[in-house]
Amino acid sequence: MRVLESGNHLIALAANVAGVEVVPAYPITPQTQVIEMIADLIAEGKMDAEYIPVESEHSACAALVSASLTGVRAFSATSAHGLAYMHEMLHYAAGIRVPVVMVNVNRALGPGWNIWCDHQDSISQRDTGWLQVYVASHQEAVDTVIQAYRITEDHRVLMPLMLNMDAFVLSHTYMDADVPGREEVEAYLPPYRPLWKLDPRLPMTHGSVVYPVDFSETRQSMQIGQDNARQVVYEAADEFMRAFGRRHGDMVDGYKLEDAEHLIVAMGSLAAESRVAVDEMRAAGRAVGLLRVRFFRPFPIDELRSLCSGRSGLMVIDRDFSYGMEGALFSEVKAALYGHADVPSTNLIVGLGGRDVTYEQIREAADRAFRGEADEVTWGDSHITKAHEITREMLAEFDKLLSP
Amino acid sequence: MVSFKDLPEEELFLAGSTACQGCPSSLALRMAFKALGKDTILLVVASCTSVLQGSYPLSAINLPLMNVAFATGGASASGVSAAVKALVKRGELAEEPNVLVWAGDGGTYDIGIQSLSGAAERETDFIYVCYNNEMYSNTGTQRSGATPLGAWTTTTPGGKAQHRKDIAQIMIAHRIPYVATVSLAYPLDFYQKMLKAKEIRGTKYIEMLAPCPPGWKFPSAQMIAVSRMAVQSGMWLLYEHEDGETRFTAATKRILEGKVKKRPVKDYLEIQGRFRQILSSPEGQQAEDMLEKEVSESIRRLQGWVPEYI
Amino acid sequence: MSREKEEVGYMTSMSRPVKGCAGDTGEWRVFRPVKNDDKCNRCLLCWVYCPEACLTKEALEIDYQYCKGCGICAVECPTGAIEMVKEEKR
Repeated sequence: MRVLESGNHLIALAANVAGVEVVPAYPITPQTQVIEMIADLIAEGKMDAEYIPVESEHSACAALVSASLTGVRAFSATSAHGLAYMHEMLHYAAGIRVPVVMVNVNRALGPGWNIWCDHQDSISQRDTGWLQVYVASHQEAVDTVIQAYRITEDHRVLMPLMLNMDAFVLSHTYMDADVPGREEVEAYLPPYRPLWKLDPRLPMTHGSVVYPVDFSETRQSMQIGQDNARQVVYEAADEFMRAFGRRHGDMVDGYKLEDAEHLIVAMGSLAAESRVAVDEMRAAGRAVGLLRVRFFRPFPIDELRSLCSGRSGLMVIDRDFSYGMEGALFSEVKAALYGHADVPSTNLIVGLGGRDVTYEQIREAADRAFRGEADEVTWGDSHITKAHEITREMLAEFDKLLSP
Repeated sequence: MVSFKDLPEEELFLAGSTACQGCPSSLALRMAFKALGKDTILLVVASCTSVLQGSYPLSAINLPLMNVAFATGGASASGVSAAVKALVKRGELAEEPNVLVWAGDGGTYDIGIQSLSGAAERETDFIYVCYNNEMYSNTGTQRSGATPLGAWTTTTPGGKAQHRKDIAQIMIAHRIPYVATVSLAYPLDFYQKMLKAKEIRGTKYIEMLAPCPPGWKFPSAQMIAVSRMAVQSGMWLLYEHEDGETRFTAATKRILEGKVKKRPVKDYLEIQGRFRQILSSPEGQQAEDMLEKEVSESIRRLQGWVPEYI
Repeated sequence: MSREKEEVGYMTSMSRPVKGCAGDTGEWRVFRPVKNDDKCNRCLLCWVYCPEACLTKEALEIDYQYCKGCGICAVECPTGAIEMVKEEKR
């Protein structure tokens, strides 16, 4: 059914047709509309699920884990500080191997308090064991929620999945999208069949103390789940294509790659913006392409190696920063290519805290980068504003007060 | 009237666990399982009980059990409770099993209070048992919000300077259908309260004083005797709260009815090691008086719950 | 997926309930509870109070394989039918 809806509402509709049975959730801007709509759908009898109005995100993730381990399909949504507050339970979900799906509406972490888009929240959860996918359009968000359960519940994977969607740019803008019917989806995504669960018919203890002698294998097994997901992601996309005639779902998404000498590498909606920059640069006669990283975990190592080798240069855009180092995606791309493809690469940091990033800015930065004029890491839109001048005045006042 | 003969013979807590000798939590688990039976999903909040059940790949607990993170007892119960409702709706389960959370005082009074409070307010259908050993025993006996005034712990080397909080009263303030306190020295009172909790829908909070032999510094053989003296001295009051009414039970009831004389708090302080420092110090008498005052205040507050007050 | 990968693919922290998950915990004992059946009035208190589920309800037999020797049964027995006897060095 085609609908005109916000990204957040489309996520809720997709969770409904995906046959989600339990939804523990806690409101946070800019995710709130996801859970408001789920609550509405349940209240109106349009969604057959249990909504748990938890008192915190830590509890949301705890209930997500325990519900899933009891044998049902569970879903939640959060953002920024909510995701950070879940941190312990993110590890828990992955460690106890529950195939849950959670949408994270990408937002900056405070202070300074900021409800707008960047990727700092999800990047900071990189090592929790969750699969991470970043979507770039409304339709992709819908299709990815449905595919997400195919991937996580696949018995070769059994790892939780975080679907990342840019705040406001996607979450609050309205777009026309197709939401398939529940029956069609059920043919693609059958009911959840756990391999093990909390069940009085076979009483086992889950989450036991594990001594050093047995521990490493439990962690390696998580990595095997992640590794297997690489294959399963493509299978889920292929079958989705056959069932619904759309393809959103590879590890990466390429644009004008074929003869490109230089590539822009980006995630989320900035990648969509970068397409326009690529078009403009192409029009000016420059062989530039775009490589959008969809899955950040598992990281598309093979795809990057094969798609980046032989290029003259990369510009990796990060809407996040790993303090004391560089943009997180930049580090990951270089690590994937190291020893396989020797491509000069630079890093553009832009769009933190929801600052608007235009395709002109991306084009200008890419022009500089691909001419070899950019620093290794460039804070692309950083400049002193009027407000920052006031900070300097306040600092001068403190200097007077606190100087010996 | 239930007698020992009525307690089921089947043991769902299996002998040969990693629990210390005379562990109150293992005995309480045995008793709770007898009341609730096999159709129970158990969530163990990080505590001694996460460890005393054994380690991978073996377990002493013959129930479906999930060890949950420290701050998540209530929330984890909400997740399981919602999931079993969905499974019943789906026809995969004939009826909802009991959902039992087992947490220590650290996981209840301190780090877990938010999650427990949330679950109670959501009216999650589960039984929450707090086995209160009045300290963080699992990490080597540090102070908790349940540690009484004057008690030694590794982080109150001179004895705790503050009173413990009264979390059962906090749970009553949630207007949940059942709150009860229990003691291992009064096993039939404990068993009957568990049976009652099993039949009531909604959030049930049961708290048991759990004298920890190594933590409280008394011989393991005295575990029941210390439990009993806690009740006889008023330092642990037995009651249940239902329909807006508090009823004292077992020995606490007999004391308040004047049938048995209350023992001085001092008798309780003297049969364990954790009050030794405070008893021998110049402030000892003051601490003793303050604890006696705490007991009478607690009783008065509980008596305030009688219907005519409402 | 290689064979090794399949082998550790599902290693979780799941455990099976068994008696003696900590081994023969009877070896922890310093004192051994010895029951005098002549004094026993079958009140069941020892069975009720055993933290380790080491007595049978019917025969009140002590399971020495697992009994840790905490001594609660001896202290609580109203007729003094249980005596704690020092274990011989093993």
